Amino acid sequence: MANLDPIFGIHADAMSVQRRRMEVLSANIANADTPGFKARDIDFAAALSSAAGNGAGTTPSPRALTTDARHIPIGMGGSGIDSAAQLAYRVATQPSVDGNTVDVQVEQAKFADAALHYQASLQFADGKIRSLLTAITGQ
Amino acid sequence: MSSFKIFDIAGSALSAQSLRLNTVASNLANADAISGTADGTYKARLPMFKAAMEAGGDGSPGVQVLGVVESQALADKRYEPGHPLADAEGYVYAPNVNVVEEMVNMISASRSYQSSVEVMNTAKELASRTLSLGR
Repeated sequence: MANLDPIFGIHADAMSVQRRRMEVLSANIANADTPGFKARDIDFAAALSSAAGNGAGTTPSPRALTTDARHIPIGMGGSGIDSAAQLAYRVATQPSVDGNTVDVQVEQAKFADAALHYQASLQFADGKIRSLLTAITGQ
Repeated sequence: MSSFKIFDIAGSALSAQSLRLNTVASNLANADAISGTADGTYKARLPMFKAAMEAGGDGSPGVQVLGVVESQALADKRYEPGHPLADAEGYVYAPNVNVVEEMVNMISASRSYQSSVEVMNTAKELASRTLSLGR
């Protein structure tokens, strides 16, 4: 993927993050009836800057400093989008009695949003490939 | 990197919800199964769901069915001395199935099933579009 990075720009990373986000949201929807399950989501901006920061030639992602031994480091747990650092728990507007904080309507809306953004990045990548093909074939 | 984790997660939800629908069907079917003893009556079946941390990896768990338990509610005691199954005092025992509760459970299970099917459809479409990139 490294050689194609300048071509696709941020969209390769954005697609990975949106895919990961859709996984988390689908887990929320899947566990809508599981007692005690807490809905989670990905901080997209933090995840994207972290994912993009791993590539060469881009600006490094901002890191939170720990100034006390008792501080919990943020974003230090690993590199890339697969680290759980960007995962956060959703603040429930109306949690269930059984401790479940999944609001299916909210999760479906977020899932549709993530799918739409994924499609947008997909179209940009597709356009890049088409323009490259035009340049290669020279027609 | 597994691109198809969403299918695992949504698939586990589908099987869990269909098991829930199965228990609802079983409970409703046996709602009127009268018995002569309190212990001999049908007990309402309830599935127990748990987030399966290992199925979807970190942060995106699927659903795991821990098992099906029997409701501990008391059997419905009815005074029907003419009933052929009535005990010495004239009582028969009906299952502890609450039909209204079961109907609500059925609607909830079918809605959750539909949501997971939608998730799966979206994931499938996105995956096939990604595969046909540049064509």
